[in-house]
Amino acid sequence: MNLRDTPDEAAFRAELRDWLDANLPEQLRGHRGGAARFEGELGREWSRKLGEAGYAGLTWPREYGGAGAPYSHQAIFLEEMTRSEAPQHIGVIGLGMAGPTIIAHGTDEQKSRYLSKILTAEEIWCQGFSEPGAGSDLAALRTSAVLDASGDHFVVNGQKVWSSYAHLADWCILVVRTDPDAPKHQGLTYLLVDMHLPGVEVRPLRQITGEAEFNEIFFTDVLVSREHMLGDVGQGWQVAMTTLLHERGTLGFALTAALEVAMRKLTALVRERAPDDPVVRDRLAREWIGLQGLKYTNYRALTKLMQTGVPGPEGSGAKLYFSEANQRVTKIALDLLGPESQLLDENGDGYWQYQQLRSRGNTIEAGTSEVLRNIIAERVLGLPRSR
Amino acid sequence: MDFAFTEEQELLRQQAREYLDRRFPAERVVELAESEAGWDPASWAELAELGWLGVSVPEEHGGAGLGFLEEAVIFEELGRALYPGPYFSTVALALPALPPELQSEVASGQTRWSASLEGSLVPDLGNVDRVLVARDGRLWAVPPHGQMIETKDATRRLGRLHDTDGGEDVGSDDLLDAARLRAQVALALEAVGIAARALELGVHHASTREQFGRPIGIYQAVSHPLADTYVETEQARSLAYWAAWCVAEDDEQAPVAAAAAKAAAAEAATNACERSIQVHGGIGFTWEHVLHRYYKRAQWIDAFAGSAAAHRATVARALLDEAGVPA
Repeated sequence: MNLRDTPDEAAFRAELRDWLDANLPEQLRGHRGGAARFEGELGREWSRKLGEAGYAGLTWPREYGGAGAPYSHQAIFLEEMTRSEAPQHIGVIGLGMAGPTIIAHGTDEQKSRYLSKILTAEEIWCQGFSEPGAGSDLAALRTSAVLDASGDHFVVNGQKVWSSYAHLADWCILVVRTDPDAPKHQGLTYLLVDMHLPGVEVRPLRQITGEAEFNEIFFTDVLVSREHMLGDVGQGWQVAMTTLLHERGTLGFALTAALEVAMRKLTALVRERAPDDPVVRDRLAREWIGLQGLKYTNYRALTKLMQTGVPGPEGSGAKLYFSEANQRVTKIALDLLGPESQLLDENGDGYWQYQQLRSRGNTIEAGTSEVLRNIIAERVLGLPRSR
Repeated sequence: MDFAFTEEQELLRQQAREYLDRRFPAERVVELAESEAGWDPASWAELAELGWLGVSVPEEHGGAGLGFLEEAVIFEELGRALYPGPYFSTVALALPALPPELQSEVASGQTRWSASLEGSLVPDLGNVDRVLVARDGRLWAVPPHGQMIETKDATRRLGRLHDTDGGEDVGSDDLLDAARLRAQVALALEAVGIAARALELGVHHASTREQFGRPIGIYQAVSHPLADTYVETEQARSLAYWAAWCVAEDDEQAPVAAAAAKAAAAEAATNACERSIQVHGGIGFTWEHVLHRYYKRAQWIDAFAGSAAAHRATVARALLDEAGVPA
């Protein structure tokens, strides 16, 4: 057990810290996140810079343009990005989900076609999994893909929902139903779909924050060449599980980073508004302790990941803890602001007002808390299955 | 970054679990808890033989010359087994404050100790040879003269010292700070062991108890609180291991880590037991079932060496009144 950086980790951290100091544009520092993070050329430019410096695809194998670095570097990367309040790479879905899935299941042609453009932020990806009728029960999805007469193209029809980045995206990882008669997990196929094709329509979804961070995607007779299929016909569920496994892999670190930012801002707010209030102090300390618990649980999971190469089930616990903690933390801030918490434009940009409303989505997106508790109960604790 | 125990430390854990499963299964612990002495004095020589009493004692004084991480493994396992005996009192409360010659007596199993951290209430008073008390800036070893008091957790009884005067001067009372820190972390580790055991019992019951023709664990109203216990227990475990590492390394974060770990683990253990009692239904509320023994130890841990709220106050001071948020 050694919780300090190894010499290699310390060198990576120092180099990264210097690089961030020198390269992070001041106007991007400390951004509150939300829908606005997607907009503007600055975000793309920043992502390109990260790619050029070799900080995109840190854990990807070298043969695909990655750094071939250990997962600990990815963790350090997220910690230092948090420390400097830098915005994330806008290609997170490509880097964290589409890319690793293509590496695992793609043909050589597919790998050379897609991977390098993810790293350079030339092509942005979005995810087409959830549908209006298929949320927690993903395998119930109904977007259909039928091979045309020539057998060369799928004709795709249907609707996807809750898709971040879709309005900017060039490509979509799309799970479709190719066999409506097969058992529900077996009739699925995984496609890589060009978002600029005729018949693809993206509509923003306005959330309770007032902003549109997610989108609906409508597919109407979209012709997708068979060469853009990942895996075989009928293998969509297995390929999709690879994507979700990678979503969970280092998710814990990204979530810890997000909570750390919120806690730093909350601590500053407590100092300013109620440094001597014993109730507030107790609430703050409780959340800080929870954050350390989350952080060190991630470190334990990271050690295991580096030993085995496979993410453990801890990611579900981290996500469950994070989302409820973030809801509590943002509520504490609103309490401190009193009636000002009802204003949108004073105190900077309504940071806490936005964050508190946004936090209600945390227990719903990327696995609801109810689904995560089922996963823990069944797959970690071995309790009998509820379905 | 390497946040795992070494192979040797894992072997020690395996050895500890095997020994405790064999010598102190739950029925035996209950029997001892209901006995007058409250423990099995013969086990002390066995612990000495296993080398557990001198884990952190330097080799030249008859110990193993290992560190707090090895002791941490033992504390967690002893908590899990609800071992009734003055190991915590001797090794966590007193040993770190003792001079070398007295440490060597501990390692050999010759003397058992406790300390009065909390005024006159002393853990295991009836089962130890000497008690450390702080007076006038010095630490004194006094005889364990006093009265044992009926204690809710019969596996770790408290006594009240009659007399804290006199005794043998064993050193500066600064040494008590080291003992206090270790005691907090040791209790956090015990609490993790208790939480994990209470969770196991709950999962076992929910998997085997049938109602309406199905195991009750399929109902989410039953399984979800157990999932919450899992998450809380793992968080508490991470905090306790972090704190143990800080103590072992004499890291500057040790005081805040110990406070964080003690606060979180004591609450996690209490919650784990309460949820497990609920999942067990009526049987979990009976004297006959072992669960209340774990519950009472969890409460004992929360009550001793600073409440969760007091430890959170320590954390808040570090966050708000001192240099700033520790990294």
